[in-house]
Amino acid sequence: MRNTQGTFSFLPDLTDDQISAQIQYCLDKDWAVGVEYCYDPHPRNIYWDMWGNPMFDLKDPKGVMMELADCRKVHGDAYIRLNAFDNTRAVESVTLSFIVNRPKVEPTIRMTRQEVNGRSVRYTHEIVR
Amino acid sequence: MDTLATTVDLRAEYESSGVREVLDELDRDMIGLAPVKARIRETAALLLVEKARKTLGLTHLTPTLHMSFTGNPGTGKTTVALKMAGLLKRLGYVRKGHLVSVTRDDLVGQYIGHTAPKTKEVLKRAMGGVLFIDEAYYLYRPDNERDYGQEAIEILLQIMENNRDDLVVILAGYADRMDTFFNANPGFRSRIAHHIDFPDYTDAELLAITEHMMAEQNYRATDDARTAFGEYIGLRRAQPHFANARSIRNAFDRARLRQANRLFAAAEGPLDAEALSTLVEADVRASRVFSGGLDSRTAEMEGKK
Repeated sequence: MRNTQGTFSFLPDLTDDQISAQIQYCLDKDWAVGVEYCYDPHPRNIYWDMWGNPMFDLKDPKGVMMELADCRKVHGDAYIRLNAFDNTRAVESVTLSFIVNRPKVEPTIRMTRQEVNGRSVRYTHEIVR
Repeated sequence: MDTLATTVDLRAEYESSGVREVLDELDRDMIGLAPVKARIRETAALLLVEKARKTLGLTHLTPTLHMSFTGNPGTGKTTVALKMAGLLKRLGYVRKGHLVSVTRDDLVGQYIGHTAPKTKEVLKRAMGGVLFIDEAYYLYRPDNERDYGQEAIEILLQIMENNRDDLVVILAGYADRMDTFFNANPGFRSRIAHHIDFPDYTDAELLAITEHMMAEQNYRATDDARTAFGEYIGLRRAQPHFANARSIRNAFDRARLRQANRLFAAAEGPLDAEALSTLVEADVRASRVFSGGLDSRTAEMEGKK
């Protein structure tokens, strides 16, 4: 099941050139860009692993693309996303986040219902591979 | 590109790409350095022709653009590197044309596993521009085989080879020590196509530089002060830790200091712009260089400034 977290996720996967262009857009706005990866794409899992620190003071998207290439080499079967951080409010707040790499077979999310307290229903979701 | 141009006008290309502007600026702003300017013109011509060949669809490889600038301190290596970055940007050989200037400290880490990320971070910042490594020979310390500099060198070499389209590396330093460095690291020598040697400035050139500096900062020297500066240059050159234009800039800064002091101590009533921007002979003559030179300790401090 296609994971639709983050920006551009309803579009076809971005090519490397398109990713570069998006990074260039971020750099032009003075945003720092960080690479993160994750094997557990549950929507409630907000803790993705960082691939190195976010990159500051870059001028050219190539720097990020090199890190992305390194990350793909090691975690080719994980979700990889790029986060752009905007510091105009004096905190590095994520302002753009999009997935740039997906596993070959994406896991699905299964919803389970549980009846509690009489006929009340609780819902929960889990990742199924 | 579906249709290729059949002819190319080098002259028009030269004008429109803005290369001419950079070269003119180089001629105007940099005094002396004739061999350096000649080499840069040659390089610019080569790159222009390469670019023209590319538009005509002739087979070409991205030429190796990594350079080494050798010369004594204060001979304008960093300034020329900055111009070179602008030139390469206009010719389209680097995408952004910014200059990232680093030394050993920025590349080499303190402990195991620290060097590679540090070097890579610098390289990422330099992508699309020019990486200027000042005093590059400090990267290699033959006396300590466990020195982390070697690790930085290996990463650099790899990037210089694989990312030739993405960045240009300029190594700079004293001529003799760079030679030793290249001999110890043949990988560097073979990856660097352009070796440019920066000669020392002559006394007349240094005086011209002084005047250029003064004009830039809206200062004016009286004729006597100018003569004094001329003598100063001759004397300063003979003393230790002479750093060409940098020594002269420092001398000028100290003359400004003395001028300010003099005005402050002597002036009564309002001063006009003329008085505030004139350096007189006494401002220059008060330098220790005239009183029989510096003893070695002060000379050392002078060199560090």
